[in-house]
Amino acid sequence: MAVIGIDIGSRSIERVVWDPATGRWSWDKVPTTFDPVAQCRKLLADADGCPVVATGYGRRLVAEHFPGLSVRTITEIQAYARGVHHLVPEARTVLDIGGQDTKVIALSREGAVVRFEMNDRCAAGTGKFLEFMASSLQVPLEVFGDFALEADKQVTLNSMCTVFAESEATSLMARGERPQNIAMALHQAVVRRTLAMLRRVGGERPVVFAGGVAHNRCIVRLIGDSLGGGLILAEDPDVVGALGAALAGALP
Amino acid sequence: MTASYEAMWERLGLDLDAHTSLLEVLGKFYGDIYMSQQGRLRGMEYLDFVVSEIHGLRIRELEEARAQGRKVIGTFCVFVPEEIVWAAGGIQVGLCAGAEAGTEAAEKILPRNTCALIKSFVGFKLARLCPFTESCDMIVGETTCDGKKKAYEIFSDHAPVYVMEIPQMKGAADRALWKAEVLRFKEAVEDLTGRSITAENLSEAVRLINRRRRVLQRLNRLRAAQPVPISGRDVLLINQVSFYDDPDRFTQKIGELCDELEAKVRRGEGVADGAARVLLSGCPMAIPNWKLPYIIESSGAVMVGEESCIGTRNTRDLVDESGRTLEEMLDAIVERYMKIDCACFTPNTERLEHIVDLARELEVKGVIHYGLSFCQPYAMESFKVEKALRNAGIPMLAVETDYSMEDVEQLKTRVEAFVEMIR
Repeated sequence: MAVIGIDIGSRSIERVVWDPATGRWSWDKVPTTFDPVAQCRKLLADADGCPVVATGYGRRLVAEHFPGLSVRTITEIQAYARGVHHLVPEARTVLDIGGQDTKVIALSREGAVVRFEMNDRCAAGTGKFLEFMASSLQVPLEVFGDFALEADKQVTLNSMCTVFAESEATSLMARGERPQNIAMALHQAVVRRTLAMLRRVGGERPVVFAGGVAHNRCIVRLIGDSLGGGLILAEDPDVVGALGAALAGALP
Repeated sequence: MTASYEAMWERLGLDLDAHTSLLEVLGKFYGDIYMSQQGRLRGMEYLDFVVSEIHGLRIRELEEARAQGRKVIGTFCVFVPEEIVWAAGGIQVGLCAGAEAGTEAAEKILPRNTCALIKSFVGFKLARLCPFTESCDMIVGETTCDGKKKAYEIFSDHAPVYVMEIPQMKGAADRALWKAEVLRFKEAVEDLTGRSITAENLSEAVRLINRRRRVLQRLNRLRAAQPVPISGRDVLLINQVSFYDDPDRFTQKIGELCDELEAKVRRGEGVADGAARVLLSGCPMAIPNWKLPYIIESSGAVMVGEESCIGTRNTRDLVDESGRTLEEMLDAIVERYMKIDCACFTPNTERLEHIVDLARELEVKGVIHYGLSFCQPYAMESFKVEKALRNAGIPMLAVETDYSMEDVEQLKTRVEAFVEMIR
């Protein structure tokens, strides 16, 4: 029987349907919106009888609102660890930058979570930070990384706090700095913070990069360069959590 | 209880409206976290009663004692030698410092980035919300951290503050300093109460407080059974209440609760089937700071020990009762208090040893280290604690938070992920 993994994040909800018999899986993704339950209802419309494993911030929503389904919950940490281990069995570290938080997870050779770090309630260095900065530079989030890669000069931005970084960016703009260079500086700030977290958990290679921010080519390049190799980009990076949840559901 | 106590609270100068809302919030919080538990011990009814009357009946008792000329001394730290206060006929109580109430008022006179515990005790006073603080004839501060040290200077404009210097190392000179401080405190208490401390009344006080420590030690031994017979939340509450209630009554009631617990252990009854045993370590958790314990125990774990000032740090060591002269007894008190392994000491290797030993004794799967945001000594030590535990093969999760509820979801994710990891 198929197993469903669903990852309710702050920006998007992903669903993976996994067939343990064939090892095949398919996925869907919808925005979270202001009504995540309605969005989940769409994704779980044909879930009758399938075991469901929910993860992400909204994991408890599913258990509460779909009493007819057999629902288990696991944390994003466990889900990303499982998803990454399945996709890249040799992975030793998972880096997941999502909408609200950044997680770094050290894995054992067998794929078990050994240690993890997660940002606190502050959104510095997460997808939210990039989203906020893209909008203050009036660049669509989807191309913010490419925009930053057009930088032609090194500019330094010191603050990682969303509010202060914005005022720093504003004063750079007022001095006539090219927005591409400012965008690059913002990306570098995120990467500095990410690398510090990676170092805290040991950062053993290979490091697998998952989560929505892995779509950002500038972040990928900067982290890859800093690690000097050993960074692997997860396939469909934002779906890894839902995949991990589905895999957990296939366990006895 | 509100109506019957309002006149008393008014007399104490509380802000009645704000205090009523505080009690409402606390009552709801208590209901969600405590009363919702299944299969609690009958003995917990005493705790429920004490908590429901914590600002009522207990305060009335203090008022009556004061009317008879006894003095009430409030503290925020396990370093203040209680034996001296009781010997002189005083009453020692812990003070309100575990809730966000009054934070706004506190931030008028304290920097925003001050730890929640300090902001809380100042806030309770400025917002006139703590009947204990208002019942005190003397409030004893101590120099366990820079934040508290400087806050007491500001606090002394609002309350009768006396500050004890706590040494920061454990050499001979530090012991001499501590002894001098204990003697100075003895004089201050004698001046306040008008009663001299003698070998006789001090010996009695030493036995009184040791009895309370012993019953808490017994509780800690019983709770560690497999399966776990009582929730960690309930034991934390018992430890918290030990700072407020009359020591004799408390000892007797907790003794009865332990008898009940012992029978439960014999029957092999547990409260948390399949939950991962964890040790909570770090900063003190003044009542009603139950956020993290509640999150832990609703995430598939059960707390089987608290390495905390509101926990084993306060109950582990007894005062030697063999002293015959006043001098010998005071020395025994000095010795006992010098064993406290507060993070204010340097070096503080005994704390690391205690945590590793405790984790092994209690057969825990992991340790959750709790730090209050902006509490530098414990934040600094959390790195060393993690290293010592890692070397012993015991996983640790470091959590830093305050009394607000805004990070509950993030904390749940971390704690649940930690439990998934150690299971």
